[in-house]
Amino acid sequence: MSMPEKSRREPKFHIVKRSSIVWWKAWLVRVAAVAAALVVCALITVVLTGKNPIGVYATMIDGALGTKRRVWSLLQNVAMLLCVSLAVTPAFKMRFWNIGAEGQVLAGGLATAACMILLGNRMPSSLLIVVMAAASIAAGALWAVIPALFRARWNTNETLFTLMMNYIAIQLVSFFTYKWSVPKGSGQIGVINRETKAGWLPAVFGSDYLLNILIVAGLTVFLYVYLRYSKHGYEIEVVGESENTARYIGINVKKVIVRTMLLSGAICGIAGLLLVGGTDHTITRDIAAGRGFTAIMVSWLAKFNPLYMILTSFLIVFLQKGAVEISTIFGLNDSFSDILTGIIIFFIIGSEFFISYSIRRSGLKKGEKAA
Amino acid sequence: MIAAFIQRAVVQGIPLLFGSTGEIITEKSGNLNLGIPGIMYVGGISGVIGAFLYEHSLPSPESINPFLAVAIPMLSCVLGSLLMGLLYAFLTVTLRANQNVTGLALTTFGTGFGNFFGGSLIKLVKTDMPSISLTATSGCFRQTLPFADKLGWFGDIFLSYSFLAYLAVILALVSSFVLNHTWVGLRLRAVGEDPTTADAAGISVGRYKYFATCIGSVIAGMGGLYYVMDYACGVWSNDGFGDRGWLAIALVIFAVWKPNMSILGSILFGGLFIVHNYIQSLGVSIQEIFKMLPYVVTIIVLVIVSMRKRRESQPPAHLGLPYFREER
Repeated sequence: MSMPEKSRREPKFHIVKRSSIVWWKAWLVRVAAVAAALVVCALITVVLTGKNPIGVYATMIDGALGTKRRVWSLLQNVAMLLCVSLAVTPAFKMRFWNIGAEGQVLAGGLATAACMILLGNRMPSSLLIVVMAAASIAAGALWAVIPALFRARWNTNETLFTLMMNYIAIQLVSFFTYKWSVPKGSGQIGVINRETKAGWLPAVFGSDYLLNILIVAGLTVFLYVYLRYSKHGYEIEVVGESENTARYIGINVKKVIVRTMLLSGAICGIAGLLLVGGTDHTITRDIAAGRGFTAIMVSWLAKFNPLYMILTSFLIVFLQKGAVEISTIFGLNDSFSDILTGIIIFFIIGSEFFISYSIRRSGLKKGEKAA
Repeated sequence: MIAAFIQRAVVQGIPLLFGSTGEIITEKSGNLNLGIPGIMYVGGISGVIGAFLYEHSLPSPESINPFLAVAIPMLSCVLGSLLMGLLYAFLTVTLRANQNVTGLALTTFGTGFGNFFGGSLIKLVKTDMPSISLTATSGCFRQTLPFADKLGWFGDIFLSYSFLAYLAVILALVSSFVLNHTWVGLRLRAVGEDPTTADAAGISVGRYKYFATCIGSVIAGMGGLYYVMDYACGVWSNDGFGDRGWLAIALVIFAVWKPNMSILGSILFGGLFIVHNYIQSLGVSIQEIFKMLPYVVTIIVLVIVSMRKRRESQPPAHLGLPYFREER
């Protein structure tokens, strides 16, 4: 070493990108992160409620899975969150940050509600459901394709554009809830077609939720195959990795962007259809309930793999349901679940670092002294 | 009437101005912090917690010390939003996590944090008050210049606000100056435009990102504090802050990443936010359409900016992307 000893400054550690990691090691890190997060959550809950942590978790499990009704409601919520997560995934794989799922779901829901209200008594229910499905898919796709067209043509920032589209959709829904409100001027639509049940999606095997769950399960398989084994899926992946490479090998990038966003919006539209036509039978501006944003985290946590998403959306919904139970029992505020969700996501986000990178001690050769 | 409208528009605009100034500083370093709405909630509730504990420790509301009543909430607000900013910076810069996911998680967490403590603070401290209402503290925050109301419309439009409103304008002007006319600003912009080049030029990319994100968070958090203490008169209501955080992010685009532009922009947005109250014979449903205006205007600006491709009005080139030295 020609450099004088004093001026040499070397960090004690350096970070190296891992070329690969054994799958079980990666999952070990993730499980450890969730476990650590649960410990932190327990500590916070204990501080706030003064109950022992095991009791707290028992309360959570009871809140999420305690009765048959709760299990169904849990499954329904998992299905809806999963549906929106599936919707945003193809766009994310393409590195198109669609954070407008909230608005796209609302657009789909609004189209469904409009069909139910305006056409409710003019056609048989089965035909109405077909019209509703078509309208909601078209509305969701339209809401998604507007930012996509601008991104494809002028490279307009899609994150900010889709975000703004959310609030336009919310206000549009507010406008129509006032316009169609029952009784007039109340600002609430109430249950649509309560007597005729026109446009209500049918109950399968006596359960109102089963149809939704089955449709979402079908979508999950479809998306898994679409992304993994179809030519479209391949193109999405290439565009996501590098737009220049995609152009070089002759992929029409603009077409892929627009097509993928049409699909993304269409699935969001289906989510709106299932929410309005399947379970709620009404529309409010909160019907998407933040799922458009939560879905982004679900999709990312699952590494954009539709099958893992079942797991991550279950985890998030379970936490929310459990935390709501804790807050009702201890008289705390509902938002407790958001705090817990936030903490768990922070831990998982942090843990990804240890999967992609490894920290090594800076190599000192034999005989050298640490600087 | 017009003076009153402008005055209300400014009051509505100030939280947005804080939020967008903070977000502009953050975005100039290349960090797209979508956690700003959550950070503003945390800033607001931290101030409320500080003020609540202080008021709670007093024998009677009359014995309040005006200096402490302002300093304690300000400090707790700064501390709360600083921690949020540090968390974001730690996850995205040190651990190189995805910025959008981290930001959204921060918003979920922050909104939940605000609503949770807003709803449960009374229960946790075990008082017999029905709701959080910090009128004494708010009174100290709302001090205005004594001669403002003697100057007619001029006083109403320019002098009738509390000190935090002027602080917002000053912060915007100062950050505009720092960004455009100082070495620090030049380096910060370099980090946001092209971190690889900045790194090669010897600028510590990580340190600039950390500082920009933390300072930005603190400024944004003040917006939450202004909303609670000034606009809402010290009464915390859950979800009362609403979508203002996202509107602040919209304002960043509207102002084309220039803090001094966002001063005018915030007043315009504030005006658009309340204009439906000032138009006679407007149906309830049409009012909802009017509330869409700020977002529509933002989209139009976003599209025009991207079409014209003027170099000085583009988003920072490396916005939203992580930087890792070994990946080039």
